Amino acid sequence: MADKPKPKLAVWKFGSCSGCQLALLDLEDELLDIVGVVDIAHFPEATRAAVNGPYDLSLVEGSITTPHDAERIQKVRRESKFLVAVGACATSGGIQALRNFRDVKELVSIVYATPEYISTLDKSTPVGEHVHVDYELRGCPINKKQLVEVISAFLHGRKPNTPPHSVCIECKQSGMPCIMVTQGVPCLGPVTHAGCGALCPSYNRGCYGCFGPMETPNAESLSRQWERLGVENKDIIRALRTFNAGAEAFRKESEARE
Amino acid sequence: MSKTLKVDYLARVEGEGGLLVRVKDDKIAEVKLKIFEPPRFFEALLRGRKYSEAPDITARICGICPVAYQITAVRALEGAFGIAVGEQIRALRRLIHLGEWIESHALHVYMLHAPDFLGYEDSIQMAKDYPDVVQRGLQLKKVGNEVVAAVGGREIHPINVRVGGFYRLPEGRELFPLVKRLEWAREAALETVRWVAAFPFPQFERDYTFVALRHPQEYPVNEGRIVSNKGLDISADRYDDHFVEEHVPYSNALQSALKEGGEYLVGPLARYNLNYNRLSGAAREAAQSAGLAGICRNPFKGIIVRAVETLYACDESLRIISNYKVPRMLHAAEVRPRANTGYACTEAPRGVLYHRYRIDDDGDIVDAKIVPPTAQNQKSIESDLREFVSRNLNQPEEKLVWQCEQTVRNYDPCISCATHLLKPSVVRE
Repeated sequence: MADKPKPKLAVWKFGSCSGCQLALLDLEDELLDIVGVVDIAHFPEATRAAVNGPYDLSLVEGSITTPHDAERIQKVRRESKFLVAVGACATSGGIQALRNFRDVKELVSIVYATPEYISTLDKSTPVGEHVHVDYELRGCPINKKQLVEVISAFLHGRKPNTPPHSVCIECKQSGMPCIMVTQGVPCLGPVTHAGCGALCPSYNRGCYGCFGPMETPNAESLSRQWERLGVENKDIIRALRTFNAGAEAFRKESEARE
Repeated sequence: MSKTLKVDYLARVEGEGGLLVRVKDDKIAEVKLKIFEPPRFFEALLRGRKYSEAPDITARICGICPVAYQITAVRALEGAFGIAVGEQIRALRRLIHLGEWIESHALHVYMLHAPDFLGYEDSIQMAKDYPDVVQRGLQLKKVGNEVVAAVGGREIHPINVRVGGFYRLPEGRELFPLVKRLEWAREAALETVRWVAAFPFPQFERDYTFVALRHPQEYPVNEGRIVSNKGLDISADRYDDHFVEEHVPYSNALQSALKEGGEYLVGPLARYNLNYNRLSGAAREAAQSAGLAGICRNPFKGIIVRAVETLYACDESLRIISNYKVPRMLHAAEVRPRANTGYACTEAPRGVLYHRYRIDDDGDIVDAKIVPPTAQNQKSIESDLREFVSRNLNQPEEKLVWQCEQTVRNYDPCISCATHLLKPSVVRE
């Protein structure tokens, strides 16, 4: 039987910390199996070899923050049959989207001596605001088991199973008492996308929303609950504005509170 | 002879950069490490954030060394608030940081650097000929990740580190399973030292100014004075008196220099040279049998030093776990913010990492400064390239370009780290 050519996988980086690509290399037990079924055609962090496109599956990390990257993502899209945005930067603009709430010129002039040379966009935006994205994998960082699920689903031509419900469900599944109810700890779990396994509550701290908004979140109701716990308005705004500050549900509620 | 050596997009480094070496009439006319990773403005964005958010926010500067950012942030802020943490918290911080060293060093040694010496484009190609070796590297890396996750909750951007201590202190029974894993890892690390020691190394040495932390008893990880082999010996709060960041037009990252003496080198080579006598006996012995004396000035041999440090990190992690007390009585110190400035340096896997925060009475960050290892090494990388190319002009161009890439990869430069703020006065091509 003739070998069928393996699908070509490409990994791309935009404005980011590289943590989500590292999640792929952190699959120590699975990595060699994965490269047995896909060809790593473009992945600069791991290889100096680069095979030309088109690519069957592109994993895109990072947000779009420069005019150059705004052009580059178009090229990546053209060369990719299936494009998955991975991580908070690629799906919501990342921590660098904090600039979106400020006048970038002012922000730059606070810190930089020569703002006139700036080569950066006013906003940090997710990949999906620039090109069509076939799938979004949430998290800051992404969960590497979910990454395997996405790659595996792609290879089998099915939809990945990464539940869009809240962190609360994961908390309940693991049998943990609610830290917001029992200890009064402010927690973003009720509006945050599952995927971490309710990590922070299991460490006695409230969820800080690193997986971004769940499907149909009620951020307004949750922030009122935080108020009842005695959290100051500015702290609620700050909590909504971290690694997924640009995600619509978090952005809207934080702006409503300004 | 005139030629231009150019790498548009450096592979097997973390982040986006390229290099350019221009030779004119057998002389090096131009050397540029070009960093075009987009700036992310962390220092500006930290202004107005709560002190307690600094560990989680600064972790996002780097997915490969988030622990170093978290530990440096909490130590700087504890300095500002006058908090002293207990011995067990200190030990746990050392442990999670050592886990990051193991993970990061194994990644660099096996996946990013070794393929250069053996003539492969990547570790996946290398795995076809050396499956057991690559498997060993992956499993070694995994043990490092397990240590980070056991203390921090997850490998990338751990969630457990906070000013004053941790959100939850691990029970002894959560750490004990690591013992067997680390015992395997130390053997693997020893094998790694032997393996990389046999690589073909270019004859290349430079008279570096090495800068690293130094601690009275320990091999430096989380704390120590900043020292050099040329007489520097200061505490972290004096960093700004002695180091300066300069801007070059072609790089999105600032370049650091010593006010009194220009370029310098941080990282494993510097740590090793300045702290050889603080290594564990086994690590010293392994270094000796690998042909490293107490001093190593060949940057290509950084791969051996990383392997030696990996062995040390396994030994030291085992020591910490065996001394770890059941933490029933352990509580994170209470934090009372006050207006002040705090400073700290730690040893990230790639070298000295400096944080400075000015805080107001509400505990909000007024001003932040962060200097990562790669910014400090940029000038040194360029000098290595200049020297290396001028000594090897007769090499075939393709080979020379690859060796230039390798010269950069010796540093395991972390470009995302280096461009977290940067003067964005970039002239793009």
